[in-house]
Amino acid sequence: MKNDFRKMEDEMDRLATNMAVITDFSARISATLQDRHERITKLAGVHALLRKLQFLFELPSRLTKCVELGAYGQAVRYQGRARAVLQQYQHLPSFRAIQDDCQVITARLAQQLRQRFREGGSGAPEQAECVELLLALGEPAEELCEEFLAHGRARLEEELRSLEAELGPSPPAPDVLEFTDRGGSGFVGGLCQVAAAYQELFAAQGPAGAEKLAAFARELGSRYFALVERRLAQEQGGSDNSLLVRALDRFHRRLRAPGALLAAAGLAEAATEIVERVARERLGQHLQGLQSAFLGCLTDVRQALAAPRVAGKEGPGLAELLANVASSTLGHIKASLASVHLFTAKEVSFSNKPYFRGEFCSQGVRESLIVGFIRSMCQTAQNFCESPGEKGGATPPALLLLLSRLCLDYETATISYILTLTDEQFLVQDQSPVTPVSTLCAEARETARRLLTHYVKLQGLVISQMLRKSVETRDWLGTLEPRNVRAVMKRVVEDTTAIDVQVGLLYEEGVRKAQSSDSSKRTFSVYSSSRQQGRYAPSYTPSAPMDTNLLSNIQKLFSERIDVFSPVEFNKVSVLTGIIKISLKTLLECVRLRTFGRFGLQQVQVDCHFLQLYLWRFVADEELVHLLLDEVVASAALRCPDPVPMEPSVVEVICERG
Amino acid sequence: MVIAHIHVIDFDDENNIINKNVLLHQAGEIWHISASPADKGVLATCYNKTADGKVVTCAAVWRMPAELEPGGHESPEDAASPAHALELLCHLGPAAHGSTACVAWEPAGDGKRVISLADNHILLWDLQESSSQAVLASSASLEGKGQLKFTTGRWSPHHNCTQVATANDTAVRGWDTRTMSQIYCIESAHGQLVRDLDFNPNKQYYLASCGDDCRVKFWDTRNVTEPVKTLEEHSHWVWGVRYNHSHDQLVLTGSSDSRVILSNMVSISSEPFGHLVDDDDLSEQEERSQEPPQDSVIATYEEHEDSVYAVDWSSADPWLFASLSYDGRLVINRVPRALKYHILL
Repeated sequence: MKNDFRKMEDEMDRLATNMAVITDFSARISATLQDRHERITKLAGVHALLRKLQFLFELPSRLTKCVELGAYGQAVRYQGRARAVLQQYQHLPSFRAIQDDCQVITARLAQQLRQRFREGGSGAPEQAECVELLLALGEPAEELCEEFLAHGRARLEEELRSLEAELGPSPPAPDVLEFTDRGGSGFVGGLCQVAAAYQELFAAQGPAGAEKLAAFARELGSRYFALVERRLAQEQGGSDNSLLVRALDRFHRRLRAPGALLAAAGLAEAATEIVERVARERLGQHLQGLQSAFLGCLTDVRQALAAPRVAGKEGPGLAELLANVASSTLGHIKASLASVHLFTAKEVSFSNKPYFRGEFCSQGVRESLIVGFIRSMCQTAQNFCESPGEKGGATPPALLLLLSRLCLDYETATISYILTLTDEQFLVQDQSPVTPVSTLCAEARETARRLLTHYVKLQGLVISQMLRKSVETRDWLGTLEPRNVRAVMKRVVEDTTAIDVQVGLLYEEGVRKAQSSDSSKRTFSVYSSSRQQGRYAPSYTPSAPMDTNLLSNIQKLFSERIDVFSPVEFNKVSVLTGIIKISLKTLLECVRLRTFGRFGLQQVQVDCHFLQLYLWRFVADEELVHLLLDEVVASAALRCPDPVPMEPSVVEVICERG
Repeated sequence: MVIAHIHVIDFDDENNIINKNVLLHQAGEIWHISASPADKGVLATCYNKTADGKVVTCAAVWRMPAELEPGGHESPEDAASPAHALELLCHLGPAAHGSTACVAWEPAGDGKRVISLADNHILLWDLQESSSQAVLASSASLEGKGQLKFTTGRWSPHHNCTQVATANDTAVRGWDTRTMSQIYCIESAHGQLVRDLDFNPNKQYYLASCGDDCRVKFWDTRNVTEPVKTLEEHSHWVWGVRYNHSHDQLVLTGSSDSRVILSNMVSISSEPFGHLVDDDDLSEQEERSQEPPQDSVIATYEEHEDSVYAVDWSSADPWLFASLSYDGRLVINRVPRALKYHILL
């Protein structure tokens, strides 16, 4: 091992010596070649310079050739390379000459490029290339921007014009879907291209350039929107929204791309606004459609009511008419809801805009359309109550009855059904205030109540007029002994029965106080017993009036005062009671204004007995009829100078006969 | 032979005592009665006379016995004293004119002129020689289809007492007594018969009417197409409407639904905002409530058990009023004190 180490040591020494020798030799070689090295470097430098100079001298001819060949790109590249150098050595006459030549050629080149650019028919990428080259040539950028935009404008304006031509009166106008398609692909596509190219080319121009583009886009965009709005405005009527929604969808979608590209121009927002406006208008149209459909139903009902009855054929009953009106109105509402629902379908591009998610559903559909329609329905119904003609000639009472039942049905069931349906279909997502179901129901109930009250008044008036005429025109002093009931009383009973039947068609019976067993046999003896003895006293000495008045006042204290016009409930008995109360009160007041002879009084007795026989079954409390009729006879007796009441048995005989 | 009674009721409001005297009116049953504004012992009545099985309403002017004139002295001690009879002064015309519905005295005059409405005639009478003779001064007739008949009339206190309003069926007409020609006509003032009229004592052209359509309507006679205000508080025919003589926002109505309603019609009265106050007197309270005045029902009086046919205000005390119903009940009431002070202050 020691030997090996020694060997290695020797080797290492030898290596070191060799290395030193090599280093020495290398240095000597470099020094020798140093000279050559420098000269070669110099030569290489000169060679390069010469090449450059050659390039420069050849530049004009090369440029010319390039221009001729149409290889503009290359020409511009050459030009770019040489420009700086030429600039620096301007003062040398030869360079000056070259520079001048080059400038001339470059100018020509630029002109040609511009020419190509202006011609325009060459298509966008080539144009972009032109612009790029021109920029590289150092043309002022604003000019180029302007020209570029002007060029784009020309193309887009052509698109707009063709769209406008479609709006013109010459038929056939293509449908709105085609229109928006054309607009979308033609105009919007072009705009996108222009915008994209511009941004690429003039990105270096910074905000000023972007501003120009935005202004350009905004202006053209607004003209496009104006055209679109005009076209949409032509889309009046028609309850089918599907085509409209699709067209709007396409329109909106198309504008997403430029919207992203040209955020500053606000195109997408403007488009959304247009869509919102159209949607609002549609809602308004739907509301009007519903209202006119309702009025149409009512006109039909009035015609059906007024149509002369063909013998042998029953006209449509009230219940049937009511069912028709209710079902057709409900049908219309559902159809409107369905067609408006299209605006919020998932596939539609604008359906998740905040307006459509929130305000459209709550304010637009629920409030304006549905609630608005129900309110206008109530208002229309109430207007029938305020008919100017007090004589009731304008509105057939049956119509009032029908409307009041309709409103009552709405209050009990239909309103909540419709609103539930609406809420299901249009999920409300914003916090704007909505009318609760209870408010609407209260309004509907109030309308129903008013209508029913007006009906009672009208019918009461009809019967009252009959009774009044009968009392006012008859000669009560000279009348003969009564042989039968007067015809007018029979008519009153007939009319009351007819009203009873009419109301019974639509309203339930209601509750009546249990009648006493002999109510129908209630005889006249009750009239002339205890109550009336005092009243028939013929003497008119000062003391007598006090007695009879005392008696009658005491009687009145114990009987309930009759409220002639108490609020009417929603059942048949209440309605009839109201009508009969009004009629009998009229009879009472009229009787108090005449003077009766003996037989006149007896006629009144007979008439009242007849009425009492037949009217008690219509009212809630038969005591009411008895009370009022007793009053009538008592008042007649007071108005008679020589009161001799007829025998009850005779009265009964006459009434049974009549 | 029907003998009607006139009850002269003396109301002592300090002691709340009522005294009654009865006068006999032997001519027939009375349908309308009105007192002379000049002489408190003179009154006019329209009464029924039965002749040949027909009833005709005539009109006459009467004088009460002096000791029984209202506002007098002690009354007879008990109700059993013999009733005194009225003294007939004169008849208003032959019955040939028709049945007289109403007699109205000229309000501010000296009790010398009256109007009577008979069938479709308006007759203006001059009472001469202390009302013992009635001379027909002028007359007018209503022409038209059918049987036109006046139901009621009222003399307007304005325009120097030259205007009279009448009601026939549903129309209200205004007449000028100097020429006996029609000034205005409110067609279809009410849906049914018009029962009563009254003029606003403070506002010249304002008139109230009430009728069988259960409504009370207020009119400006310069524009008769539409009422200024309509009240629908009653549930049956309204038989009487009366303005308070001094404070015309208080309107009284009586109806056959047995109720008397006192309404505050501030918005169409002559003082809609209360008294006009000088600026110096304005205190904080005045500035507080400047909302437009609201018309309202002050009170509903239900003391009657039967139809109320007449209501009127006292001419002595502006806060006192009376109502009369079919059963012979006369009720005297006062305006609620709170409202009285509100109006006065």
